[in-house]
Amino acid sequence: MPYPTNYRYTREHEWISVDGAIGSIGITDYAQNSLGDIVYVDAPKVGDTVSANATFGSVESVKAVSDLFSPVSGKVTAVNEELKTAPDKINEDAHGTWIIKVELSNPEEVTTLLDAAAYEAFIAEETGN
Amino acid sequence: MTSNANSPEARSAGPRTLGKVRPHQTQNEALLFEKSSPGKRAYKLPPLDVAAVDFSSGLGEAYRQNPPALPELSEIEIIRHFTRLSTWNYAIDLGMYPLGSCTMKYNPRVNELVARIEGLAEAHPYRPESLAQGILEIFDLLQRCLLDITGMDAITLQPAAGAHGEFTGILLTRAWHESQGNPRKKILIPDSAHGTNPATAAIVGYVVENLKSNADGGIDLEALTRQVDGETAALMLTNPSTLGVFESQIHKIADILHAKGALLYMDGANMNALVGKVRPGDFGVDVMHLNLHKTFSTPHGGGGPGSGPVACKAFLEPFLPIPVLVRGGKGEEPCSDAGDWEDTNAEPTADGCPPLFRAPVLKPDGERVGDTDPLPLHPFGGPLRWDYDRPQSVGRVRAFYGNTGMFIRALAYILANGPDGLRQTTEDAVLNANYIRKKLEDVYELPYKTASMHEVVFSDKRQAARGIKTGDIAKRLIDYGFHPYTVSFPLIVHGALMIEPTESESREELDLFIAAMRSIAREVEENPELVKTAPHSTRVSRLDEVQAARKPILRWRPQP
Amino acid sequence: MRYLPKSDEERRQMLAEIGAKSIDDLFSSIPAEYRLERDLTVPRQQAESEIVEYFRAAGQKNATDYASFLGAGAYRHYRPVIIDALVQRGEFLTSYTPYQAEITQGTLQAIFEFQTMIAELTGMDVANASMYDGSTGAAEAVMMAVRVTGRSNAVVAGTVHPEYREVLATYAKHQGLPTALVGYDPETGRIDLDTLDAAVSAETAAVLVQSPNFFGVIEDIPAIAQIAHARGALLIVSISESISLGIVRPPVEADIVAMETQSFGVALSYGGPFCGVIAAKEQFVRQMPGRLAGQTVDGAGNRGFVLTLATREQHIRREKATSNICTNQALVALMATIFLAVYGKEGIRELAEHNLAKADYAARTLGNQPGAKQRFKGAPRFHEFVLQTDEAPEAWSRRLLENKIVGGIELSRWYPELGNCTLWCATEVVKREQIDAAARVLAAEAVEA
Repeated sequence: MPYPTNYRYTREHEWISVDGAIGSIGITDYAQNSLGDIVYVDAPKVGDTVSANATFGSVESVKAVSDLFSPVSGKVTAVNEELKTAPDKINEDAHGTWIIKVELSNPEEVTTLLDAAAYEAFIAEETGN
Repeated sequence: MTSNANSPEARSAGPRTLGKVRPHQTQNEALLFEKSSPGKRAYKLPPLDVAAVDFSSGLGEAYRQNPPALPELSEIEIIRHFTRLSTWNYAIDLGMYPLGSCTMKYNPRVNELVARIEGLAEAHPYRPESLAQGILEIFDLLQRCLLDITGMDAITLQPAAGAHGEFTGILLTRAWHESQGNPRKKILIPDSAHGTNPATAAIVGYVVENLKSNADGGIDLEALTRQVDGETAALMLTNPSTLGVFESQIHKIADILHAKGALLYMDGANMNALVGKVRPGDFGVDVMHLNLHKTFSTPHGGGGPGSGPVACKAFLEPFLPIPVLVRGGKGEEPCSDAGDWEDTNAEPTADGCPPLFRAPVLKPDGERVGDTDPLPLHPFGGPLRWDYDRPQSVGRVRAFYGNTGMFIRALAYILANGPDGLRQTTEDAVLNANYIRKKLEDVYELPYKTASMHEVVFSDKRQAARGIKTGDIAKRLIDYGFHPYTVSFPLIVHGALMIEPTESESREELDLFIAAMRSIAREVEENPELVKTAPHSTRVSRLDEVQAARKPILRWRPQP
Repeated sequence: MRYLPKSDEERRQMLAEIGAKSIDDLFSSIPAEYRLERDLTVPRQQAESEIVEYFRAAGQKNATDYASFLGAGAYRHYRPVIIDALVQRGEFLTSYTPYQAEITQGTLQAIFEFQTMIAELTGMDVANASMYDGSTGAAEAVMMAVRVTGRSNAVVAGTVHPEYREVLATYAKHQGLPTALVGYDPETGRIDLDTLDAAVSAETAAVLVQSPNFFGVIEDIPAIAQIAHARGALLIVSISESISLGIVRPPVEADIVAMETQSFGVALSYGGPFCGVIAAKEQFVRQMPGRLAGQTVDGAGNRGFVLTLATREQHIRREKATSNICTNQALVALMATIFLAVYGKEGIRELAEHNLAKADYAARTLGNQPGAKQRFKGAPRFHEFVLQTDEAPEAWSRRLLENKIVGGIELSRWYPELGNCTLWCATEVVKREQIDAAARVLAAEAVEA
């Protein structure tokens, strides 16, 4: 699975795709793969604020829970309602399935994130390959 | 057993025995609700000997218009229903149940009989104490036995299960720290601990700080020294650890904690390795819980009930949950031996009666029972009663006094064993685990080579190289007629196989288990698919847990 | 030792195969200074006959032939014989928590049936596999409401079982969860709705009431729900007498129901083991504590059951779990399931009617004795009632005991303002002549005077 070069990534395996002032946030294919079948996504509400590097929710498989860390700070403008009934969308297409959209309060934060190549290098290191 | 006897073809054509099992029929059985039809009954009430009441007008708006949609069945259908369901279960009564950390030992049948004796089973918790002396004597004798087994000074039987005992023990810890002026902020928990430990610490308002194990899987003394500070309330330690290893540096661990004013809490889940051989109270533990449903043979019953008594040192006694069992009448004559307590550190209760477990043990002739004498069954004169007047108590952790039915069973177990039987039980449990270790260590990876006590933890490292994980081996074990071991725990072992045979297994059953485990190891090499898709002999194959979690169906509803 | 399946010779052989010289080798990791070199001070090994004798004698010390009017959260009902016959099947009794679903379908299906029955009875969508008891269930329900609402206050009715309230106080203490107590109307024994209305605020996570309440009075659940919901708080209804649901309207307006199911075929056993359960509206299921069984299919499409939504639990989520509960009350829940199957839809109502009728007769009979009156007559009741006597309860209690009758429990122990008030319970097993006898003894002093 290729990692889109127009996305930015965290070391906690989230991606963000920025369009103007709005960032769409999801988890990486590596994350969905190591978690296995996702059964539930716990996301914040529209209007909540999220902070860079802080948790904003979690994704669950049958026997594991993984916290979601926000790549950026800002206000939640949309939550992917489809995931309430079809969390498996993330397994099917992790990079095409956003979890929340955030209005960035500090767009500078994006520049501190990993690009696709750096992220791929990071996960190669983490898996020991 | 030859290896080709394990292939599905061979099993269908030849003798259908695999190790100790052969398939047999089980009957299908629908849900109770699906078998219901209106008008069937399994009950008959006696005629009402008082005037009937106009219920709907009496209750007014509180009257239930629509009766609950409970099933309507006859007695024979109910008997068959639950009997059929029961045949779908594995159980200790059928064979070895080597779940590590769970201590699945034999549940003696006499325990069931005595727990159902009318005067005990039908005793109302609020009956006058004068009519409950028989039960209170059972509480007292069990308390004394458990105190000697643990080497502690004081005990409460109130907690309903192990995790509830942890909750109570950490409440005592917190109350004591508060009495010293600072409740402190954090609890240290090793990475090998049961999940209940951190969950408990959080409920009592503590921050959980993880303590990394050392290379032997034990407590890393340097890390401990670094992490213990003036805000550390306690270390929650399981000893033997979840690896089945005794912390041989236990006294140093206690010293490090005590030097900083922190307490040592012991999770007694693995007490089956210690009873009669060594006592936590002697090696520096301040407070601990026991699991009567593990160490003391009360049945697990498909998940409960349990019982989690908490034993502690004298300085924690004032904080025990209310009520506490005492001897001597309130406002009546003071306790005759009130000046004769063995332990004078703790304050007496308001009316001068010590908690019963601190009164000296007397023989019927009034002589004190010596340390080396066995405890008499009926040593104690004078009425027993509950003391609620304990101003420093942490309060109640549940209604009434505890899971009395479990106390009766646990005491029956202790009586059946006596001091010699309890010691032999521990020795046999440790012997069995070491025997399994010896017989399997050439085929399964032993991640920690430290000496095993009552359980042994392997890893699936060698089998994982063939794509087979601990969960697969566990499922294949079912085909051989065994319940799986504990899978993927403790978390510090990747792909753990945690095996606790208990003392209840004969050499013959152990040999069958060992043969099964060795056979599976061969299958992993020769026919991994067979293992990966196991079990093959059960009513249902692996169930779709993902669907169950994504679209939960948690109750039956009538089909439209 | 008769539970140990080994001869000394086998032990020696096994030690030899391990390569140990003696059993002490296997305990060498225990520092010598801590090893116990003496026998434990416990009674000597007893024969089975001696064990039975010991407990029989203890049972006899607990007098058995008394008529009893005790209730207050622990109720004496008839227990159908098949309950003990079935739960003593080793496959239920000696089985572990059903984590290995393929070989625990029996337990799992029974839990699923229990969950369904509890949901049906309480009017909730879902129920869990059990909690320790009604008291811890109520406390955990309040903590659940805190998670759901993100608020951190609770309002508790003074008519909730006093020991349940004490347990809640123990749990709440270190959760930063202040609780406010709301008193009762001295005429009806129901929670005072005006006081409740004043106590519930936008910070209130939950209102906890009990119905039938500790005085046996049925609370006005719709009105209480309205007050709680108007400020965004959840309503938790605690039920300590589950048989009431055979005839009392279920608390469908509640968000969470925390119930004690001891009345469903579980022995009194001096207070435990009992069996609590939490039921709730579907949308709160992910904040529920405890185990849940769910329906699914196996690889061949067969229906089967598994423990599900386990990520809520301590063994996965550790310090962030919804509760620390692990072991629950599974076998006791099975007793309740069998009990409910025996009585069924019609039987549970008939049974509840008998309870109500006996209590009605007892309340009228005892309340009409000279020097005695029934309190809280202004609201509907189930099978408990409060009796106020001119004479101090200690005096007539002693007379009753002399006549082998255990009367009601004194309320002043928890409610100082209710001096000379006692709480009585008459279930279906109480006989009319026992009620009449109690009335005669109660009246004796007054008549003589």
